[in-house]
Amino acid sequence: MTAQNAAPFPCLLPFGVDSIVVRFAWTASDTATRAVQNFQRAITAAALPGVVETATALASVIISFDRGVTTRAVVCDQVQQILDSTDWTRTQPPPAQRIWHIPVAFGGDYGPQLDQVAQMISRTPDQAIAEITDTDLRVLSIGFAPGQPYIGLLDPHWNIPRQTELTPQVPAGALVVAVRQLVLFTNPSVTGWRQVGYCGFRPFLADRADPFALKLGDVLKFHAVSHSDMTTITASDDAGLGGARCESVSAA
Amino acid sequence: MTHQLIIDRAGPAVTLQDLGRPHRLAQGLSNGGAADRLALFEATAILGATGPLPAIEMAGFGGVFRTTVPMRFALTGATMAASIDDTALTWNRSYTLEPGQTLTLGAVIRGSYGYLTPASPILSDPWQHSQSTHLLAGIGQPIATGQAFELGPDPDAKRPDHKITPSDRFGGGFIRIVTGPQTELFDSQTLTRFLNTRFERSPQANRQGVRLDGADPFVANIPAGLASEFIQTGDIQMTGQGVPYVLLAECQTIGGYPRIATVIPADIPKMAQAPIGSYVEFDVIPLDQADQACPADAQILQSLRCQVSPCLRNPHDIPNLLGYQLISGMIAGTEFDEDPDDTVN
Repeated sequence: MTAQNAAPFPCLLPFGVDSIVVRFAWTASDTATRAVQNFQRAITAAALPGVVETATALASVIISFDRGVTTRAVVCDQVQQILDSTDWTRTQPPPAQRIWHIPVAFGGDYGPQLDQVAQMISRTPDQAIAEITDTDLRVLSIGFAPGQPYIGLLDPHWNIPRQTELTPQVPAGALVVAVRQLVLFTNPSVTGWRQVGYCGFRPFLADRADPFALKLGDVLKFHAVSHSDMTTITASDDAGLGGARCESVSAA
Repeated sequence: MTHQLIIDRAGPAVTLQDLGRPHRLAQGLSNGGAADRLALFEATAILGATGPLPAIEMAGFGGVFRTTVPMRFALTGATMAASIDDTALTWNRSYTLEPGQTLTLGAVIRGSYGYLTPASPILSDPWQHSQSTHLLAGIGQPIATGQAFELGPDPDAKRPDHKITPSDRFGGGFIRIVTGPQTELFDSQTLTRFLNTRFERSPQANRQGVRLDGADPFVANIPAGLASEFIQTGDIQMTGQGVPYVLLAECQTIGGYPRIATVIPADIPKMAQAPIGSYVEFDVIPLDQADQACPADAQILQSLRCQVSPCLRNPHDIPNLLGYQLISGMIAGTEFDEDPDDTVN
């Protein structure tokens, strides 16, 4: 067929005794994230016997199985067949099922590194904010901490490295940026990512009726609000929604 | 009348643990649960419980406990100084704590994580089907001095005390690993040096992971902008400084640090229990051997149930021997046999 067959990706790799990883790339890219999202949906839809869990990272998918029901060899065969059934890198982004509208306060105390980030991407702070609020951003992965979204991808000029010096602590709600991605912290955390904004929205609250607000593939629309509006939003917010609302999109 | 376990004093790293919350990677939640799952299964077998019970996990130091009802309990995992009132206890067996008595569990003697498991199940509100505290995720809190737990009924209150000889996993040693999806980020020289290194278990350890000292940094060849990938318990991650950390029950679910290999599930208890300053070396084994070496939970428990035996009381330990009716028509003589089938000729 094509020379792509000789490429090392996608590759299927055993991971411990009860999981495999399908890696589409070492680094995040639009192609890899689309492939990952669509492939994971296909694996889920296939409902393979004994597969107990699948989840997406930025450029790879994990598939875990119950060794009492199936074997690594069987799962690898089944997954390889699905992998070979199409060129996943050429698929379109999956249709969004939910759109979250999330208020963000950018800059100042709420985003102390906005100016620095804007400089790094050769934009004014207002342009940087506009690019974040206007980009079609999605939850690409949930992880590190419970319910914590990796959001992306921003355009290639946002491929700024993590800081070498860590920020000792950003608050829960911090919106941070690095390597074309945003992360919305669920807990106070040390980080090498740069904080550009702050949300009252908490993707994870253990005591909330639905502790995990976000799902993989959710579209996130950030709306810039003034610092005084953010103060008002967070003052009267028991559910940790921070003024966010979720819009369901009926399947086409 | 409320049945309670009262914690008069708790060490600094005492938490309630069960088997945790599996298969929640898509939500960013690692399994959590007991750092040494085997200790929970041993307690299950000793107590004759139908399944694993919530246990009090004690890292390094135990606590002081009282109860308002007679409470059977098992002591498993890392051996700790233990006594009921003035009577010293041995580890890896069950006892009964009576109201008015005080159970004192002190510093760890061998291993890292000790477990106190009441046969009367500790009742606490489960979160997402588990009572486990997951400190990194902010689920639950360490057990605090003055706290009390409600206890459910002991379904087998008359069961005689039992004991088990635990698998030796409390002094470090060889730990089996398999290579994984990121092993290729390390060149063969680095991997060989890793396998030839005798590491020292660092004091820097918690339920998230344990640091290994004693080697020059292990540097990976990391592609620029390496995307974070999934992590599992047992992964051996190199920090930015090239220092290895073995990730335990409360590991993060994805991360960007390179991982050289994964400790097989069967050896996680040994890794978690390796005491501060003990030596640890890694043996890489093929995946099919790892599959063989790691039975499912149900098989582990079944095997442990066959390994427990009743504690025969030494007459010297019975203070009022003459007060016992030693011959009784109710005794057939086989009650304490390990395997009743062997008595049939």
